[in-house]
Amino acid sequence: MKKTTVIVGLGSCGIAAGAGKTFSEFQRIKAADKLDFELKKTSCVGMCFREPLVEIIDESGSYLYGQVDPAKADEIIEKHIKNFSPIPEYIVQSERFPTPEQSFFEGQVKIALRNCGHMDPENIEEYEARNGYAAIRKIANNFMNPDQVIQMVIDSGMRGRGGGGFSTGMKWKFARNYDAPQKYVICNADEGDPGAFMDRSILEGDPHGVLEGMIICGYAIGASEGYIYCRAEYPLAIKRLNIAIEQARKKGYLGKGLFGIEHFNFDIKIKEGAGAFVCGEETALIASIEGRRGMPRRRPPFPAQSGLWKSPTNINNVETFVNIPWIIFNGPQAYAAMGTEKSKGTKVFALTGKIKHGGLVEVPMGMTIRDIIYNLGGGIANGKKFKAVQLGGPSGGCVPEYLSHTQVDYDSVNATGAIMGSGGMVVMDETTCVVDIARFFLDFTQKESCGKCTFCRIGTKRMLEILTRITQGEGQEGDIELLEELAHNIKDGSLCGLGQTAPNPVLTTIKYFRDEYEAHIRDKKCPALSCKKLLTYKVDQEKCTGCMACTKGCPVDAIEGGKREPHFILQEVCIKCGVCFTKCKFGAIQLS
Amino acid sequence: MRVKRIAPEPVAPVAEPSVDLSLIDSLIAKYKGKQGNLIPLLQGTQEIFGFIPREAFLKLHSDTGLSLSELYGVATFYAQFRLTPSGKHIIKMCHGTACHVQSVTAITDELLDFLEVKDGETTSDGLFTIETVACLGCCSLAPVMMIDEETHGKLTPKEALKIIKEIRRNEAL
Repeated sequence: MKKTTVIVGLGSCGIAAGAGKTFSEFQRIKAADKLDFELKKTSCVGMCFREPLVEIIDESGSYLYGQVDPAKADEIIEKHIKNFSPIPEYIVQSERFPTPEQSFFEGQVKIALRNCGHMDPENIEEYEARNGYAAIRKIANNFMNPDQVIQMVIDSGMRGRGGGGFSTGMKWKFARNYDAPQKYVICNADEGDPGAFMDRSILEGDPHGVLEGMIICGYAIGASEGYIYCRAEYPLAIKRLNIAIEQARKKGYLGKGLFGIEHFNFDIKIKEGAGAFVCGEETALIASIEGRRGMPRRRPPFPAQSGLWKSPTNINNVETFVNIPWIIFNGPQAYAAMGTEKSKGTKVFALTGKIKHGGLVEVPMGMTIRDIIYNLGGGIANGKKFKAVQLGGPSGGCVPEYLSHTQVDYDSVNATGAIMGSGGMVVMDETTCVVDIARFFLDFTQKESCGKCTFCRIGTKRMLEILTRITQGEGQEGDIELLEELAHNIKDGSLCGLGQTAPNPVLTTIKYFRDEYEAHIRDKKCPALSCKKLLTYKVDQEKCTGCMACTKGCPVDAIEGGKREPHFILQEVCIKCGVCFTKCKFGAIQLS
Repeated sequence: MRVKRIAPEPVAPVAEPSVDLSLIDSLIAKYKGKQGNLIPLLQGTQEIFGFIPREAFLKLHSDTGLSLSELYGVATFYAQFRLTPSGKHIIKMCHGTACHVQSVTAITDELLDFLEVKDGETTSDGLFTIETVACLGCCSLAPVMMIDEETHGKLTPKEALKIIKEIRRNEAL
């Protein structure tokens, strides 16, 4: 009889949801009752909305249980493991039981996430059992030269997954063509996009996949040293990368004379980023590794010619590297067979916001936004209306509902004014104010501007001031035009991607939701009922119990009414701080 | 602009707690003379003291030969570095997009109100430093806060307060 295996998902988000406690509970009972099942760890399965996730594999098949707290763990052990009767109510995916959540996996094609959630990321043998380090062996055994490897990457049609969408193979070719005694490979793991966590999940779930991609790149461009520049905010990713590097060194996959290829030496170091969004830009990232302030510089020369310590350097992001072993192992044609004419392969998206089934999804390029949100994501949460989706983070833009038939590929998304970016997809419903979202992103980019270029430094500050004014009901005629003018000047007057794209959230929201801006400015109204200063607060006399909670909370004594009497708000005194709304336990404060 | 993150000089300079500078000797020995050592030196110093004391800057400068202006310039550029001592527990409120859309601002306001501090400040009992940060990468659990190394997700203002109160209670014991 096959031994039962219990696999607990221990990615950062799983741990945040309590997976650590669940794991200990399984461990405790296994020891206490001397049960004979195998207990394993894995990383994020992607189904974040049902964390903590536990997969049970036994003779009859595989069962994925969702939201397993210690109490449910006890029940699962009792019923499923001891008595072989699965509990359908808790199952989120299994071949034997159809579930409402299973649509989350339908239509997904996992290449970058091929190992995430399917193996123990801290165990190199499990990676090797899943064709790990087989791609670099294929290169060694077939005596493929670096040019052949680069040609394979070019043929696959892969474009950089960090946001720019430049051909990965061509980038490698440039770095190869410069002759130098020392070259570098850098993995950009400084995932600073608010609303994106693809790279974190890949680093936590498949660190060896990233290492193998970097080793192949090192061989192709002729580099002997690699750096992974990882955010310090991702402690688990750094820990697992360190374990992976140690294991790879022990096996002789990092070091000297690798895989029997003569003169091929390659080793990888981790550099912890110190927290600066602008370091996602290539030249700023290099400055940061060199120990300087992370400020971008003019290009050319491009890093491929003069990068880290003035040596030719190739930088790709995490998702790009993890795709490489798959492409080499399965051949470029297999990869190019997926996707659209100009965007090949698959893309990972972090699906978040007001969505039912938020999580990590990987889909072939060319799927429509609507299909991702409704088929995979299960639609909008709480029965609200879908308004827009924010793509590409602070560099991207809002795509309105009526353009949700847009395909996700680099060119179609660019045509809307948003960008593919690293793959953050934040869904917004009718209660989200787009002007506030634009202000939120400007607040972010304004803080993160390194200060080198005048337009980015001061322009974003001015735009933020205007947007703040609008959301506070002090918008003036001409503000929209002024925002547009500033936006175009910032785009033209900035050196790096941060400044050139910072106005995108404002430009796209003006383009698609101009009426909402006008409502804020002319009518002093927020159609989404989100901007506090533009609301009128009223007490619903029916619901008010006269508990006095709002009266005590009000900082300006604008609420009158005695104990157990219905209250009312003096509109001319009210400063619209919203305290009464949050204090009321009975939903008696109405917004209009 | 990033430089704005420098804390304004207090009117009456608060005396920094005296630190044992010999603690960073081994760190200096490890990185001295190495390429790109500046940031790891600052990171190591902060790991030891919890912040980068004024005297540590001077020692790093005199022992490694790195220029003082560069050390200070880098320390004030990156969000990670602090120049003042932090509280015992650091509360990081995630203000990423997903958390923003799920109204994290209301929770932050509630906590700031309760702790009677402003963003980035430390409570008078030295127990908590609270700061807003960009994405913590747990977007599907939004709104999220991280206390020390532990992440708390799907928060409401009430739950967030409960967690803080519980820590305070445990500390009082």
